[in-house]
Amino acid sequence: MRLNKASLFALFAVLELASDPERQLSTGEIASKYGVSPHHLAKIMRDLVHEGLVQAVRGVGGGYRFSGNIQRTTLLDIIQMFENLESELDVPHGSPLDVPILAELKSIANEIDDLTKAVLDTITLETALKGARQRAEI
Amino acid sequence: MSDQLSIRNAKPSDLNDVISLDTVTSKTEKADYWRGIFDRFVTGGKSDRIFLVAESNGRIAGFIAGEVRAWEFGSPPCGWVFAIAVSPKAREGGIGRRMFDEISARLKQTGVTTVRTMVDRDNKLTLSFFRSMGLRTGRYIELEKPLD
Repeated sequence: MRLNKASLFALFAVLELASDPERQLSTGEIASKYGVSPHHLAKIMRDLVHEGLVQAVRGVGGGYRFSGNIQRTTLLDIIQMFENLESELDVPHGSPLDVPILAELKSIANEIDDLTKAVLDTITLETALKGARQRAEI
Repeated sequence: MSDQLSIRNAKPSDLNDVISLDTVTSKTEKADYWRGIFDRFVTGGKSDRIFLVAESNGRIAGFIAGEVRAWEFGSPPCGWVFAIAVSPKAREGGIGRRMFDEISARLKQTGVTTVRTMVDRDNKLTLSFFRSMGLRTGRYIELEKPLD
């Protein structure tokens, strides 16, 4: 599995905000904590607002606050906002696409993709945060 | 609700409640299966076969079953949880966690150090529950094929 930057930044932002739903943070504060581009993160925050996962808080000291369901939203829900997580076989242009070996390789890639998605779809934000807290205590 | 909740060993008289609860949660009635499980797990009296129910205000609100399995493809003895159900009306009150903690403690008393389970990948509710209890993909991989 290779997550693109948008998925990863979205996971950083959602998990950071969900770790304390009462707290509000600016894009700059989140970007600074995770060492990511504020410009790139700002676009992602708009997508997260659109999906109802975070809420924009206006005015002085404004920023974003978590507004999703920490027990029901899974990592896959976040990732699939930005990518489909499907393996791509880098088949050269002009290669015949109907050969049985290629079909078999695609079928194996699909099996791996299905397993990856099944795992990510069972890890809620709450479970991921619990694991992160346990790591922090070690 | 958890104040009146007790987790206890299943009794033979719980059979019909377990069948009813399973029918509601799994949408498939399988009375003969549960009779067989009760014969082996409830009246059998073996400490490595565990069947617990959650009783709340005199009603069965959930059940969990598991056992110790040993040496399947070389795997040292480990705990296996093969059934769990919580009444839809009683969910999100910590009953599943209480039952899982109790069966884990009982399995640990038998000497095992690992607990396993196997759940359909589309059963997101149960998989998410086990994930939240700390279970992760383990060393053993389930494989299958349709038999022609």
